[in-house]
Amino acid sequence: MSVASPAMEIRNPADPMLPRPAVIQAIRPEAAGIATYSLAFVDPADRDAYHFRPGQFNMLYLPGVGEVAISLSSDPAESQVLGHTVRYAGNVTRAIGRLKVGDMLGVRGPYGSHWPLEDAVGKNLIIVAGGIGLPPLRPVILSILSQRDAFGRVLLLYGARTPADLLYTREFGRWREAGIEVNISVDVADESWRGKVGVVPQLFYFVRMEHQNTLVLTCGPEIMMRFVIYEALARRIPKNAIYISMERNMKCAVGFCGHCQYGPNFICKQGPVFNYAAIEPFFGKEDF
Amino acid sequence: MPPNLPRVSASVALPKPALQQVFDNLRAAGFTLVGPTVRDGTIVLDEIARLDDLPVGWTDEQEPGRYRLKKTREAQYFNYGVGPHAWKQFLHPSCLRLFSVEKSNGSWVFRPPEEPPPRYAFVGVRACDVAAIGILDRVLLGGEFRDPHYARRRENVFALVVNCARVNPTCFCTSMKTGPRATTGFDLALTELPEIFLVAVGSDAGSEMLRDTPWEAATAFDLGRAARAMQDVERQVERQLKTDDLPRLLYDNLEHPHWDEVATRCLSCANCTLVCPTCFCTTVVDTSDLRGTKGERIRLADSCFNRDFSHVFGGNIRPNIRSRYRQWLSHKLASWIDQFGTSGCVGCGRCITWCPVGIEITEEVNALRGKAAK
Amino acid sequence: MTSDARPKLAVHKFASCDGCQLALLSLEDELLSLVGEVEVAYFLEASSTTIEGPYDVALVEGSITTAHDAERIQAVRKDAKYLIAIGACATAGGIQALRNWKDLDDFIRAVYATPAFIHSLEKSTPISSHVAVDFQLNGCPINKYQLLEVITALLQGRVPHLASHAVCMECKRRGTVCITVAQGIPCLGPLTHAGCGAICPAYNRGCYGCFGPMETPNPDSLTSHLRKTGVPADELVRLLRGFTGFAEAFRSASEKLEKTAP
Repeated sequence: MSVASPAMEIRNPADPMLPRPAVIQAIRPEAAGIATYSLAFVDPADRDAYHFRPGQFNMLYLPGVGEVAISLSSDPAESQVLGHTVRYAGNVTRAIGRLKVGDMLGVRGPYGSHWPLEDAVGKNLIIVAGGIGLPPLRPVILSILSQRDAFGRVLLLYGARTPADLLYTREFGRWREAGIEVNISVDVADESWRGKVGVVPQLFYFVRMEHQNTLVLTCGPEIMMRFVIYEALARRIPKNAIYISMERNMKCAVGFCGHCQYGPNFICKQGPVFNYAAIEPFFGKEDF
Repeated sequence: MPPNLPRVSASVALPKPALQQVFDNLRAAGFTLVGPTVRDGTIVLDEIARLDDLPVGWTDEQEPGRYRLKKTREAQYFNYGVGPHAWKQFLHPSCLRLFSVEKSNGSWVFRPPEEPPPRYAFVGVRACDVAAIGILDRVLLGGEFRDPHYARRRENVFALVVNCARVNPTCFCTSMKTGPRATTGFDLALTELPEIFLVAVGSDAGSEMLRDTPWEAATAFDLGRAARAMQDVERQVERQLKTDDLPRLLYDNLEHPHWDEVATRCLSCANCTLVCPTCFCTTVVDTSDLRGTKGERIRLADSCFNRDFSHVFGGNIRPNIRSRYRQWLSHKLASWIDQFGTSGCVGCGRCITWCPVGIEITEEVNALRGKAAK
Repeated sequence: MTSDARPKLAVHKFASCDGCQLALLSLEDELLSLVGEVEVAYFLEASSTTIEGPYDVALVEGSITTAHDAERIQAVRKDAKYLIAIGACATAGGIQALRNWKDLDDFIRAVYATPAFIHSLEKSTPISSHVAVDFQLNGCPINKYQLLEVITALLQGRVPHLASHAVCMECKRRGTVCITVAQGIPCLGPLTHAGCGAICPAYNRGCYGCFGPMETPNPDSLTSHLRKTGVPADELVRLLRGFTGFAEAFRSASEKLEKTAP
């Protein structure tokens, strides 16, 4: 091998960092400062070529402002229009919040690993989400709805800070009808709230589930996921049956920029969805 | 191959002034020559054309946090170690426009850079840097996605490699098994002897560049003294990095108190990552005109030592120097192996020389192992 | 765009040399498009015609050195939606903060014929010591392109893209070889906030920290290393006490050096 001829094929690779223009088809407010954007690629060829799996994410680009990694929150079976539930928190997402239906942005993706839906066939599922952690799990729920019989019991344990912060509440009825056991709690109740009060991991106290044949999928703040793991392990659910979705600074989404490293992993490549057994040595390590 | 050119894997003797003909051949073939040249009191990598652009008669003294250039009595061409620059600055530029974007007919139009990058002939690449380019290949070309900007620069590179004639106290290529002699990865590889270059031909392209030069087949005498010279050089490498307990040593010591100690010395200035021939991290900056109707996305060299590198909404993953140094060292020597199947360190010693306070990667690893720093 | 729709910009001066305000005027190529997007409503350096507040954006140059200025900055703050402190004086107290380590009366007696007319505060302090500041733009003077970036970002409602890492990053990106390592020149680059484009080291001069401390400065390590290489402590004190010497990281480092100096 010569320096002039690397072992890797390098002729004319496609540019994975080039966004494709997409148009906002609908904006659905979900909660204060959170809305779901339905995007469609301008070019029909882009629309047809695009397929994603639950848990994957796109990079949304606003010229001059920047790019942000947002999980797909829509049904993977419907990839012509792509749903992204966005919280207006950072530089780019706040700018997205000023866009209207018909406005354009750049989209590239899908990137990253996905929830192990194939492995879950025939098994029970405990889906645990906190706050803005539910959108990356919504494609899992929507996929289950279309093939409900393929799975055993499906529990959703979901919590938010206040009742007003709960996402997708109008869909809960349909999910319940399809046999998903939806358990909700809020950290802080208001007068109207009749449900449970407490942090999400406490919803485990109400769970009676066999441990041998159950997968846990969780997404939310790291501290929440730490307690979810604790509760799951306490119920003898094995480490390799627990999947978590991680967040780090992401710039390129294709493993070039180095920002999202997490020990031996790149969140954008091996993640964002990890099997807990694979990242246990690093999970929760301070400033890691 | 015409009979007036040597075969691939042959070794030939070339009178030193005839290297100019090789330069001329490369230029005639459309290559932009970059190689070592004296600037700013150091030997940098820059465009060169003639033999006297090389640091003839110069050598360097390197130690932790210190670099000095010295005149020598002998007029050797390559009697110095690696300098502050690395080849990544040509292959993976520290500032690069990824695309421009303009609003046109209500849609955004993205345009990648069109002008082709130069075809580079790298002159004077050292064995450790050959290894470094191989590592960058794995990072930027070896995965599911490939960096087209790196690929476009990389695919045309001609490598004129030079085996090291001397060793600096900062070098530890023998520990990383990358040098001081290049065994692969070159089109031509020179070993400098008193009156000739012993030239190993690594490729057809390399052979072609010997056209019109007065090369002769190497004699047993030439081969023998070149081999002895390389053995001498190898013996001069004093600095060692024990690697057999890596990456375990780092993974098992993420909470070692030594990280706090090194944080008192580390400036978090990013110099080590920027001089490192394999550190590849980048960030992007988006620019726009005042009205926001057109803009550009620029990729810049970045470093895990910068706070913004690990910024996430609501805080920073690595807010202090302790966590950043730990990230750098444990990536370079441990997780890099998991990610790319190779260590991220080639033992070139640049991070040791160019640390403004002289922190030595080798000594920090030793300290983690429980030995007292020297 | 009608003039009514343009955001109103004000430029205020406190104790300073006017160099940072001039950065706005020296945006020669961009100035025309800039005044198309913002209404320059109060900018005495450029025009004596002023439009009353409130203003959308107030650029504030200079430090607070008199009781009158300490009152005036409160009014500036009340009159501005966004207050941006520009330059070393406004962000760190400026070169005039050198007096913060000395007795003010000594200076006044030495400099002025009629000291009784001088009403200065004991210390020269940055704007942020007096009012809430929305954004700080470092530099002595500021970099005009960074100023344009801040204004552009405000117009577009985004965060300005300004790096807070060390000057070393800028040296490396422009290919400047480290002058401390290669020539032994004391340089504050590893401690100093980027933004200048690393001008001084490119001309073989050590950085003197005019952009203030970077995001995670470690001055004690750099100064103790430079002392080991033979740089006297009093020289390091002088180096640290330049245009941003009163910024916390530089101030505490220079005071520590003074205590340990022989």
